[in-house]
Amino acid sequence: MVRRIRPEQVRELTLLFILVAAVAFFATQIPGYVSGRTFTDISTGLEVIAVVAVGQTLVVLTRNIDLSVGSVVGLVAYFVGTLLANEPGLAPAVPVAIAIALGSALGAINGTIVAYGRVPAVVTTLGTLAIYRVALVELSGAKTVTTDSLPAWLLDLPRSSLVSLGDLDIRSLVVVAVAVVIAFQLLLYYAPYGRRLFAIGSNPDAARVAGLPLQRDVFVAFVLSGALAGLGGFLFLVRFGNITVVAGQGLELQVVAAVVVGGVNIFGGSGSMVGALLGAALINLLQQSLLRWPAANPFVQDAILGLLILLAVASDKVVLERLRTTWVRARRRDDERATASAAKQVTPGA
Amino acid sequence: MRQRARQSRSPLAPELFRRLRSWEGLLLGVLAVIVVVTAAAVPGYLHPQNQINLLELSIEKAIVALALSFVIVSGEIDLSIASVMGLAAVLVAWLRQQGVPVEVGIVAALAAGTLCGLFNGYWVAIVGLPSLAVTLAGLIGYRGVALLLVEDRSIGGFPDWFNRLGQQPLVGPFPLALIVFAALVVIATVLLQFSGFGRYVYVVGSSREVARFSGVRVPRVKMAVFAMSGLTAAFAGVLLAARLGAVRGSTAEGFELDIITMVLLGGVSIFGGSGSMAGVILSILVILNLRNGLALANATGNTQAGVIGALLILSVLVPNLIAAARARAVRSARVEAGRRSLPSAK
Repeated sequence: MVRRIRPEQVRELTLLFILVAAVAFFATQIPGYVSGRTFTDISTGLEVIAVVAVGQTLVVLTRNIDLSVGSVVGLVAYFVGTLLANEPGLAPAVPVAIAIALGSALGAINGTIVAYGRVPAVVTTLGTLAIYRVALVELSGAKTVTTDSLPAWLLDLPRSSLVSLGDLDIRSLVVVAVAVVIAFQLLLYYAPYGRRLFAIGSNPDAARVAGLPLQRDVFVAFVLSGALAGLGGFLFLVRFGNITVVAGQGLELQVVAAVVVGGVNIFGGSGSMVGALLGAALINLLQQSLLRWPAANPFVQDAILGLLILLAVASDKVVLERLRTTWVRARRRDDERATASAAKQVTPGA
Repeated sequence: MRQRARQSRSPLAPELFRRLRSWEGLLLGVLAVIVVVTAAAVPGYLHPQNQINLLELSIEKAIVALALSFVIVSGEIDLSIASVMGLAAVLVAWLRQQGVPVEVGIVAALAAGTLCGLFNGYWVAIVGLPSLAVTLAGLIGYRGVALLLVEDRSIGGFPDWFNRLGQQPLVGPFPLALIVFAALVVIATVLLQFSGFGRYVYVVGSSREVARFSGVRVPRVKMAVFAMSGLTAAFAGVLLAARLGAVRGSTAEGFELDIITMVLLGGVSIFGGSGSMAGVILSILVILNLRNGLALANATGNTQAGVIGALLILSVLVPNLIAAARARAVRSARVEAGRRSLPSAK
């Protein structure tokens, strides 16, 4: 029985349970909480974080971290915003492609320094966090991108819905974000590259000895993280319209929080995209609900976020590690029993 | 043998040469270049008062860098320092607003900082969580507590003596923070380089296992190191509050970039176990002079942060590249020697 549910799935189920419990709790506290409107608000708030968290998950799986994503999101949002303001006639696919390409380039810088320069990811991305922000400030000359300079299709995008049931809307951008999560979940579980990320994260030395292209895979993880942060930058532009030099500042903390709360092990080697999405959903749900809850101080958010990260990491260490050993043991026992019964069946025949 | 012969010919020169080729020597060279260039461009730059002024502007960061060096030498990292600084600054102001005398507020802030450090230390040293994750949670959480206290207000109105300590010279031309920094430099150097505790910190940083089997109480050393970091950060936060005269929830936000750069540029290895106080002190001087020089060249605070960010990466990247190049040279020399020995063996 135990072997049916993997420890990682225990984590995801727990998160799902906490999400439901949180909704149930706020429903008793805030009048009119359970409504389509709440769902629309929370799912819309997720778009940017979910997409960037997918990239972050790839990086964290390899035992690294990408703290520069907040600046990448801001820089890309500003760059693409300026571009669209100057050339409003561009086909929609062009700015998206440029956003992803610029993000990838910034990610490639991180990846080169980390994978080939052997500089620890915290150091590298703390540095590029500052450098990319400076690039944005220099690029902007303290000017801002404003909503009225952007083309109409872009401004309509955040309000376009795929499904509408009363005041419950599933926005098309939310669908894009979920599609990204699913695509990368599939990549992670079925593509050789995804499997290698797990191998590298659980034991880098063993991965190297086994002949895995360690440096290249880590490099690619950073490029993908940059690319997804670039896409996140585009979504950020679409969502907010007004882009200043502080756009995306502090986003990296929320993204790392979502990933860690979502059960992606900061030691590398375990985690899933669905977990990261659930983590992002929980954080977003708490933030938006606390704002609406009259009994809570609206400034309590960050304190709770910090506590949540700590709880997630601690439970990962204390509870999940124990679960994992029981799981492995139970599996081994099952295997032994299976071979023993197989041997028994063979013996009488022989 | 050859080396000894050379040494006996002139005992001082190679030693001096070796020193200069070390990381500290490199920093000294960089510092000299920055100072000479800025002094040539800006008249009065070398005037003692200007030097004191420029030191004063980042003195709180420099103080925290001294304590963070211990954490990094022990093989851990503390990302929460800037938030602890902010929390301590906010606590003094908030308590005063609640009618608590500033003296008591300072003690409370220092206690809170130590508590934050011990809290980080508990999860890292006793539970065994990665310090990166724990102190990232601290970075967000401690800042969150500070925001909870002051919300979006700015609190000032400290008593005169408190502001005067932060803003006016105390002894001769030197303000209190500078004197404290000088004293802490001596204490930190003695503690890290010349005390048993310092040895323990190095041993824990170079190999946790070896330290444990040698009878070093690793958790206790790590707890001590994190508590020191928290206490010092809180102290620096109080000094910052006195210098600024008013605090907000965002006070000291983003300081961790400068502080970590000061330590790593000083040659302290991010992997723990190596580095020296002399290097850290030199790198503090390099960064302060560089920031000052950039400000005089009309670079904005943001551009300065970018330069610091580049320095942070380079301070780890350059030694890595040098080591790789050296390893390659040694390898190719070996191959060369092997080739040469082949025909003779035939």
